[in-house]
Amino acid sequence: MGRFHWKGPEAARPLFFRRTLKNNSEPGTSRTRAVMSLQRKVKNSQARKRTSQGSNSYQTTLSAWKVTEDLSDSKSISKHGQNNPVEDYERADDQAEGALQIALTYFEKGSIKTSQSKDKTLEKHLKTVENVAWKNGLAPEGIDILLNVALSGKFGSAVNTRIFKCMIPATLISEDSVVTAVSWLCVGKCSGSTKVLFYRWLVAMFDFIDHKEQINLLYGFFFASLQDDALCPYVCHLLYLLTKKENVKPFRVRKLLDLQAKMGMQPHLQALLSLYKFFVPTLISVSLPMRKKIYFKNSENLWKTALLAVRQRNQGLPPEPLKLMLANVHPIKRKWNSHSVIPVLNSRNYSKESGKKGMNLSDYFSSNGSFPLEQLKSFPQLLQNIHCLELPSQMGAVLNNSLLLHYINCVRDESVLLRLYHWLSQTLQEECIWYKVNNYEHGKEFTNFLDTILKAECFLQEGFYSCEAFLYKSLPLWDGLCCRSQFLQLVSWIPFSSFSEVKPLLFDHLSRLFFTSTIYFKCSVLQCLKELLQNWLLWLSMDIHVKSVNSPLETTLGGSMNSVSKLIHYVGWLSTTAMRLENNSTFLLHFILDFYEKVCDIYINYNLPLVVLFPPGVFYPALLSLDSSILNQLCYIMDRYRKNLTAAKKNELVQKTKSEFSFSSKTYQEFNHYLTATVGCLWTSKPFQKGLYIDPKVLEKASVAEYKNSLNLVHHPALLGYAVFFLLQEWPKERKVNLSSIRGKKWNWYLDYLFSEGLQGLKLFIRSSIHRSSVP
Amino acid sequence: MDSYDAPESTPRQCASSGLKDYFIGATPLQKRLESVRKQTSFIPTPPRRKIPQCSQLQEDVDPQKFAFLLHKQWTLYSLTPLYKFSYTNFKEYSKLLNAFIAAEKQKGLAVEVGDDFNIKVIFSTLLGMKGTQRDPEAFLVQILSKSQLPSEHREGKVLWTGWFCCIFGDSLLETVSEDFTCLPLFLANGAETNTAIIGTWFQKTFDCYFRPLAINAFNLSWMAAMWTACKMDHYMATTEFLWSVPCSPQSLDISYAIHPEDAKALWDSVHKTPGEVTQEEVDLFMDCLYSHFHRHFKIHLSATRLVRVSTSVASAHTDGKIKILCHKYLIGVLAYLTELAIFQIE
Repeated sequence: MGRFHWKGPEAARPLFFRRTLKNNSEPGTSRTRAVMSLQRKVKNSQARKRTSQGSNSYQTTLSAWKVTEDLSDSKSISKHGQNNPVEDYERADDQAEGALQIALTYFEKGSIKTSQSKDKTLEKHLKTVENVAWKNGLAPEGIDILLNVALSGKFGSAVNTRIFKCMIPATLISEDSVVTAVSWLCVGKCSGSTKVLFYRWLVAMFDFIDHKEQINLLYGFFFASLQDDALCPYVCHLLYLLTKKENVKPFRVRKLLDLQAKMGMQPHLQALLSLYKFFVPTLISVSLPMRKKIYFKNSENLWKTALLAVRQRNQGLPPEPLKLMLANVHPIKRKWNSHSVIPVLNSRNYSKESGKKGMNLSDYFSSNGSFPLEQLKSFPQLLQNIHCLELPSQMGAVLNNSLLLHYINCVRDESVLLRLYHWLSQTLQEECIWYKVNNYEHGKEFTNFLDTILKAECFLQEGFYSCEAFLYKSLPLWDGLCCRSQFLQLVSWIPFSSFSEVKPLLFDHLSRLFFTSTIYFKCSVLQCLKELLQNWLLWLSMDIHVKSVNSPLETTLGGSMNSVSKLIHYVGWLSTTAMRLENNSTFLLHFILDFYEKVCDIYINYNLPLVVLFPPGVFYPALLSLDSSILNQLCYIMDRYRKNLTAAKKNELVQKTKSEFSFSSKTYQEFNHYLTATVGCLWTSKPFQKGLYIDPKVLEKASVAEYKNSLNLVHHPALLGYAVFFLLQEWPKERKVNLSSIRGKKWNWYLDYLFSEGLQGLKLFIRSSIHRSSVP
Repeated sequence: MDSYDAPESTPRQCASSGLKDYFIGATPLQKRLESVRKQTSFIPTPPRRKIPQCSQLQEDVDPQKFAFLLHKQWTLYSLTPLYKFSYTNFKEYSKLLNAFIAAEKQKGLAVEVGDDFNIKVIFSTLLGMKGTQRDPEAFLVQILSKSQLPSEHREGKVLWTGWFCCIFGDSLLETVSEDFTCLPLFLANGAETNTAIIGTWFQKTFDCYFRPLAINAFNLSWMAAMWTACKMDHYMATTEFLWSVPCSPQSLDISYAIHPEDAKALWDSVHKTPGEVTQEEVDLFMDCLYSHFHRHFKIHLSATRLVRVSTSVASAHTDGKIKILCHKYLIGVLAYLTELAIFQIE
């Protein structure tokens, strides 16, 4: 017996969908609609639970991902963004399902008599059922009802055919329905063609039946149906799927051989016989010709597209509306092979498959004693076999496998990376939805693909070169909307490189989009640049400490620092202009300061010799902001700058010898200038003593001639509210709120009050930068 | 809006970091990235190219040998380098591909691996089909139907043909290691379903990636100019252009046929640099055609889309379909297509 490749419906699929709903309906019992709709609700919630279970199990298998996933905040943002369309979709479904319920009730209770008007209603309801079935599939109850209707002989065979064609499960079919349906076959109310259709349907849907034990108990019944010449081929196919070793009995073998003697060499009988022979070789002494390979006519084809959709649904992919196969809407075949973009993990062993003499390819495909990927299940296994791992035949498959990503991470073999590079860059371009017109319907697929890539990048904490190359090509064409969150995250994973080199390719295009888009887009760009900076810093700090022989970039530390500082200056420029464009929006300022929170701590956190201050266009709006949280954040950043600069200075003094990375006095001067301004505005009420001249007339016009005293911890517009609350709380009986009374001891209490209100940045700043002897 | 000028970096020591700093002793992967950067930052195609020379085939190769590749419509694909491909294993590849096709064609059915199927797959090299000595050898895959009867007609008719080649592919060859075979241009003739099955097998076996190679109007103009510039002993076909006007409900096609000798005369009048074609010349050539058409029909062809160019040398469609007519310029045509394919996979 030759080797079989069974390429049909997968016979055994892991059943993580446990059947949660018991189907109570008996054939013939009628239910009121109220009960039905109640059940439907129950079912819906359970279905939702099921899908969430499904995704849970996906996450647990990749628990390693989870950790890294949490690192990126924007990930969760993107998830929220995706929710809405799904909900809308569900709402539309709910309406459709209402109509479906009515239609199903009609079928269940509908009388046998047919008249003109009956025909019309029948047609209407049939249409409803067909529409829902093709779009979302039917729930197990729906299929149960329809099976009963179709097999009870209530309607003519034309109607029955239509019913069968649209009996597409949403996810699964209950075994009980099938058992009930088989019982109808015994009553003999349905025509031969309906029976044939039923068997074809059963074969096509075999994989979606939730259990098969009970059906297997009916093996004898099915076997007896072989007598019927019309049914025989389809019953054979069903038995082929159903047969277990214990079903193979001598009397059955005899019967089959009898049939074969009667009907001649029928391929379907041969198939069943060869399966029997495979299970119990001793029972069948007849030699079966090996030449024939086509055993069954394809029973699936009636439901082919529908089955694909069900499979996708069951794999937890988002539901996609199903298109009827219309002759003229055939889209150009976009992809050759798979339903998913990422190839399946297959180890590269062809000698196994060929299995015949003289077809040994192992001399160049793989060496002996290698470890097949299919067996790779755990990290220790990976470690033990890392030297003899059989790599996947298509390197793209590693994206879905965290263990292999570990391998990719440490492999030195350039060809492995090149294979991944080519595959990924081509796939990205091929899938990219704004590359081609009318390709937007595949948006969801592309988004999912990008998400997978991002997950892998997050996991590796490293960007792929191919993604960078893809960005060069696609960013100039991007509208700033499509897959925004994913696309910007790709930007944040650009591997470290020379900024001035990448700028014309990427950042110039990005700034164009930045300036012409909404404030929300600006904020997301700033967020992504913050992540980019963080990724670069992490990479550099690792690189400096490891200083491996095979450093990817042969560059000096000075060069790297130069590149990082250029990135920071670029963001400074973006921020300054954006502040002006958006009228000093507080929202935007939060994102800008978030970026500088990273910047100010480079020296201490990453041990890299770089301190870049924020531009005045960011500092002053933040200092004079009406929002206390902005002021607080600014104080925090000022404090961190101070600590970093102090640490740098200290190191310089310790080392005595002039380090090549001493900071210019300009940086210190600039910082001192900012510091003076901050202290002036918050403490001494002497803001802007130097370098800033405002025409007194202008101030008079704005009726703040006495502006100097209006800027301190009490009068600062962001803190005024705190001061008032402080007074009201401490001296509730005072009739007049006298802000200038906060001085001396009260000033100290007020400070404590501010700190207790959560202004921790302010606290740090005041503790470190102001000598408390000088209380005003 | 402020003009962006990157200020001097904070560290005093400001290394002159440029392209070189980052890619000294770079790995193939970094070489790739660098070439992508170069390509993206500069004009996508070089502003000048050679006019295809009479015969660039290796001297000892008879150009008639490739006659069967002419006068057929080929669908173009770009192909990333093949991993661990070996010219010495054609026999095994034939067997495996045969079994794969059998399995794919009978999806949903039990299939036995073996060479026992009514088709035959043949791999063979196209010796001499190369631009330089460095170019890897081109090869051909054919699928023949095997007649059921074991009569004298053992070799059935050709169901599908596909070939892989690389003509002057230096820029790609430099960026890959020796495990890879660079044949960036793939041409197929036959049913699309067969192309899909065979392409899938190659993708699975050699971890490569096929992408349909469309030819945009810009490159079609180049082809028109370069092919018009070719010296011909006798012209076999008229020079014809096809423009498409995107209007609803049906798009409008404008066909523009010129006597090949007139086209050549027009080209000679705009052509200056001997042996080369420049961007200015291409633009000028097309502009002349446009203005001529406008004078007669008052239609601005420059506002429409060029979708097809046919000359006596070859004809090309924007969908990525090509038909080569003249064996003398086979290599020249393929060299340009290779260039386009390499551009697509970078």
